[in-house]
Amino acid sequence: MGLAIRIIPCLDIDGGRVVKGVRFVDIRDAGDPVEVAQRYDEQGADEITFLDITASSDDRDTMVSVVEAVASTVFIPLTVGGGVRSNDDVRRMLNAGADKVAINTAAIVNPGFVKVAADHFGEQCIVVAIDAKQVEYGDCPRWEVYTHGGRNATGIDALEWATKMDEYGAGEILLTSMDRDGTRDGFDLTLTRTISDAVNVPVIASGGVGGLDDLVAGVVDGHADAVLAASIFHFGEFTVAQAKECMMQHHIDVRL
Amino acid sequence: MKTIAIIDYGMGNLRSVHKAIEHVAPSVKVHVTSDADDIRQADSIVFPGQGAIRSCFAAVDARGLREVLLEATKTKPFLGICLGLQSLYEYSEEGRGVPGLSVFAGRVRQFSHNGSDANGRALKVPHMGWNQVHQVRAHPLWNGVDQGARFYFVHSYYVESTNEREVAGFTDYGVRFTSVAAHANIFALQCHPEKSQKVGLRVLENFVHWDGSG
Repeated sequence: MGLAIRIIPCLDIDGGRVVKGVRFVDIRDAGDPVEVAQRYDEQGADEITFLDITASSDDRDTMVSVVEAVASTVFIPLTVGGGVRSNDDVRRMLNAGADKVAINTAAIVNPGFVKVAADHFGEQCIVVAIDAKQVEYGDCPRWEVYTHGGRNATGIDALEWATKMDEYGAGEILLTSMDRDGTRDGFDLTLTRTISDAVNVPVIASGGVGGLDDLVAGVVDGHADAVLAASIFHFGEFTVAQAKECMMQHHIDVRL
Repeated sequence: MKTIAIIDYGMGNLRSVHKAIEHVAPSVKVHVTSDADDIRQADSIVFPGQGAIRSCFAAVDARGLREVLLEATKTKPFLGICLGLQSLYEYSEEGRGVPGLSVFAGRVRQFSHNGSDANGRALKVPHMGWNQVHQVRAHPLWNGVDQGARFYFVHSYYVESTNEREVAGFTDYGVRFTSVAAHANIFALQCHPEKSQKVGLRVLENFVHWDGSG
């Protein structure tokens, strides 16, 4: 027994409510963030990630209140992402009770921001979120980094980017396959394994979970250190406890 | 009314520790403070920490808190968390080497980037997530906490104790390190009880009611 593989429910937040879109359309309301977070905490979630999917400046204050409310009753690690662009944004989220912030677009615009934030707040609070889309197939697959929910290509190679962010002081990488996100076809395991084996920091696999076996595959075949999922938990299909049971049956260490 | 001072040396977010203690002990007065008198007058002390150890000591010294901190380690229930554990040792390898408070014997070392687990898989650094704490002796703060219970860790440096009697719990991550140290009125953890759900809240609750006797 050693370090447990983490199961992380992800809450997409829009205007202070939990929502989950399928391929960024068909947004369904899934409830009050505090209630949802408490439910996952009781089910044994190892962390909870909040993604501010509107990321407009008006909603930033709403997000701070959401984090404050959750952190007052849920005593597990909380990560917040979406629209984190400056040290001030990081500080506000940490002061509200977040343990880590996920930086995505701001890192692409200015990679030095990751260095500055990691130096200032400590690497352990800086997660770099990478949205990757496959651009070459066959024996030498390649993935490119995308921003804005998979709409904008950056031309940056995902593997090179992950390695660079590791060097710049990211404490963790949240890796989402834009090809799989919302499809329920399972993680992009080749992508996950390629990145996880190349970096020294933990990698969270994200995008595409449709069932519990997908979570297992993310760890066994994808070499992920943590697995993130949203829709399978939100609509009561599976509980986090069921996910852990399934992991255990496959001899994966989990926290019970 | 019992008072607990959480030492605020300006290095980060103490809200979680504060909220967690309030949650387990609503009748206790909790101060988040950088005031030496507040710290002297409090019944119990919480010394949290995050970030780099050199900046931690610089911030403690800038507020003139080193003396009152050392005094507290000798006089009243004292809970160290994360850097609050590491800073109690003689020396840390972090940032080209930093001398510590030398309350406990041993040094703080960096996890190797070449470590691997029993299955040959590379160990990532930071050590981040839920790992087991193996209790090596009875202690009032272990009351109601299962042997081998999992706590939340996030750190790149670990404690290597040279006095076994100061070890209250250990954890394995490539190496076996001191995850909990205790002596007399001091109890200090590498992991974060404020982020370790029920098991962590239990340790905090035990601390609130602890009189400081080992």
